[in-house]
Amino acid sequence: MSPTTVTTPEEALQAEARPGLLRFLVAGIWFGIVLTKSEAVSWYRIQEMFRFQSIHMYGILGSAVLTAAVSIFVIRRLRLRTTYGDEIHVPGRPMTPRGTRFWLGGTAFGFGWALLGACPGPIYALIGAGYGVMVVGLLGALVGTFTYGMLRARLPH
Amino acid sequence: MNDIVQLLSQPWPWYVSGPLIGLTVPALLLFGGKRFGVSSSLRHACAALLPAGRSDYFRYPWKQLGGWNLMFVGGMVVGGWMAATLLTSSDAVVQISAATVTDLAALGVTHGPGLVPEEIFRWSSLATPAGFLIIVVGGFFVGFGSRYADGCTSGHGITGLATFQLSSLIAVLGFFAGGLLVTHVLLPIVL
Repeated sequence: MSPTTVTTPEEALQAEARPGLLRFLVAGIWFGIVLTKSEAVSWYRIQEMFRFQSIHMYGILGSAVLTAAVSIFVIRRLRLRTTYGDEIHVPGRPMTPRGTRFWLGGTAFGFGWALLGACPGPIYALIGAGYGVMVVGLLGALVGTFTYGMLRARLPH
Repeated sequence: MNDIVQLLSQPWPWYVSGPLIGLTVPALLLFGGKRFGVSSSLRHACAALLPAGRSDYFRYPWKQLGGWNLMFVGGMVVGGWMAATLLTSSDAVVQISAATVTDLAALGVTHGPGLVPEEIFRWSSLATPAGFLIIVVGGFFVGFGSRYADGCTSGHGITGLATFQLSSLIAVLGFFAGGLLVTHVLLPIVL
């Protein structure tokens, strides 16, 4: 496969729609297993985290961030490409003038994280682990997403 | 072989599971240039399920942009099932600190086997105010907040912080502001 440089939106869309989606299913299985075995999917662990009573969740998040940062540094330094031969970019999340969407949206997310004891990843893993009622949590999250989509024009960002 | 399964069936300590979670970031980049993040799957699912045109936010080529992400979260369901059935005994108790057990007991939450308190996360508790608040309202804020903030624990907390995004740092501080408020103010009132 020859290396390609993405230039136009059409080409970018094509690059997004490469064949071989099965590899992401495998990546998801991997992530689901690790997340469940780490106990980061546990409501108890989230309560423990928000009460600062154990290093467990902070250790997971801290070492995950460190591993990801070192990996991205290596990818950039060695100019590694994707298996399709494309250049690798990690798109940023540009700041907004006041950052309102980040602190206000983040706080709203924190309400949900502490109540449900699960962020989106653990919701999926817990459904698989046999906690069927988490499907209702997922439906709630979809309604929340829909509500954001409908209100987006009227919310400060 | 049995020894290996036995070892893997224990909870994985944070210094093992944390780096393994972090490795998902380069794996997705190398597999196809994808930025690790889970909550965008909620947007893709809405775009796929809703009749086109309700809002600009859900009108985009979701199959091309989000197909990989929906496959990824589908895999997470399978992964959760595999970890729970093959690599965990059914009576396993999450070994949280004694202080947390005491605090939760004071709120009337029993620390029993399983990943979540079974007395709350069961179908019948949806009819109780506390169960409805925790599962339905909690789920709503997870979806609303993560899309408003443009990311959740994975996209902001891991990918964003690992690439030194100021926006992600602010979002993570927001996650904790909201979580601390619920844990220390709201839960003592409703539980």
